[in-house]
Amino acid sequence: MKKLMNFAIGMAILVFIWQAVIWIGDYQEALLPSPLSVGNAIIDLIVDGIIFVHLQVSLGRFAAGYLMAAIPAILLGMFLGRSPKIWQLIDPIVQVLRPVAPVAWSPFIVLWFGIGNMPAIAIIFIAAFFPVLLSTVAGVKKINPSYLKIAENLEIRNWELMYKFIFPAAFPAVVSGLRLALGTAWIFLVAGEMIGAQSGLGFLIVDSRNTLNLDYVLAGIIFIGVCGFLLDRLISLLERWVGKQYGITA
Amino acid sequence: MLKIAIPMMEVINVDKSFGSGEKQVKVLSQATFHVKKGEIVTLFGKSGCGKSTLLNILGGFEKADKGSIRHNGEPVLKPTKTCVMLFQQINLLPWRSVLKNVELGLEGEKLKPKEKWARVMDALKLVGLENSLDKFPHELSGGMQQRVAIARALAIQPDVILMDEPFAALDSFNRYNLQQELLRIQKKKNTTIVLVTHDIDEAVYLSDRVIIMSSHPGRIQKEITITQMKPRSRTHADFQYFRRKILDEFQLSTELIAPEYNI
Repeated sequence: MKKLMNFAIGMAILVFIWQAVIWIGDYQEALLPSPLSVGNAIIDLIVDGIIFVHLQVSLGRFAAGYLMAAIPAILLGMFLGRSPKIWQLIDPIVQVLRPVAPVAWSPFIVLWFGIGNMPAIAIIFIAAFFPVLLSTVAGVKKINPSYLKIAENLEIRNWELMYKFIFPAAFPAVVSGLRLALGTAWIFLVAGEMIGAQSGLGFLIVDSRNTLNLDYVLAGIIFIGVCGFLLDRLISLLERWVGKQYGITA
Repeated sequence: MLKIAIPMMEVINVDKSFGSGEKQVKVLSQATFHVKKGEIVTLFGKSGCGKSTLLNILGGFEKADKGSIRHNGEPVLKPTKTCVMLFQQINLLPWRSVLKNVELGLEGEKLKPKEKWARVMDALKLVGLENSLDKFPHELSGGMQQRVAIARALAIQPDVILMDEPFAALDSFNRYNLQQELLRIQKKKNTTIVLVTHDIDEAVYLSDRVIIMSSHPGRIQKEITITQMKPRSRTHADFQYFRRKILDEFQLSTELIAPEYNI
């Protein structure tokens, strides 16, 4: 309740500053839309239902790209975390690929995947894959050797060792990687939808810009921010639930 | 008590060093002892005398450089369920409930569900935790956690339970309590136990035989058979007698070094 209150006050301050800038600077609507016109744009988007169409498309792409990245990254990370020699070979490759912004690949992505859903999904995939892979590998490498000794003693090996020991022991690290990836992937979703997509939140922004409707651009930005925030809350609930299961009080 | 010709566990002339080259440190030299079925044998010595290493070798967790370890006449090459180790601190998987932690050792076994349940519950009753099945390790005290670990070891029904200072992290009341419990359970199941400790009271209270180790490199200095009847009173004169006898060994071990200065 108190958190909600703080959230509301923070937002009110932001809107006030925004309005104050317009009053003081005397900017025109075409340069910086006022909170009122953006509010109207938000209401229009909701009443028309247009925002929900875009939101649905965006979330669909996001889910597809994110899951396609997360699941293989976790599996691969578990394997690589257990094979230090192979990881020593793979690690430099990952370290070189990781700092490249996913959008940099966009010429190739458009060449290979054309337009439509795929470019955005591919970019989300690239954005989400590395954080999950790296934190899974780190989590597996850091597993307390005592757990492995117990497994050795109880003759638990191979596949059984993976799902009874390695996965649950590394799970907190995996979840924090998932959270990191969620944020990054959501940021790049918009970028992904700005190339070759005909729908989605990113497209909404590009399209509104092309028609010079800056109030719709800002409305789109607000929707993106709020959704990103909600997604993060959602995964932090998951994180806390995991922590509770493990007796770690976050 | 049952006596069998082949000892349950045999350690013959075991040497062990860590590190290599100039930094090599010899931690065990010519360690030889045996453990009979149903016995509680304690490896006793100062920190760094190699007693934990010796226990790890016994369990197959580490390899001896020289010498051999035999379990029922068979060489020990890797850890197996017939020889379950209890560690000082981490024995339980925090993501599993008490019940699931105890079941862990039986999951690979081809047992009927009924039989499995009976074994698990039997073990949990022995340690007095049959009412905490759904609790998670972090909800339990250190002493209760060690009870769960003991229950898991019992459910597996191993030949030998190895304990590496299992009660060292507990306060003395809990420790006394668990030692008493351990003796009761051991008597009931005739479990063979090899224990590592640096707590002299624990050694005298629990053991049938105490194997005293000297340090640098770890050698077996003496074996003391504790003849006092169990359960033992910690305040009884006999208890004090064995306590002193062990303490004397350590004073002796310092005197052995002394001659160098006397010459």
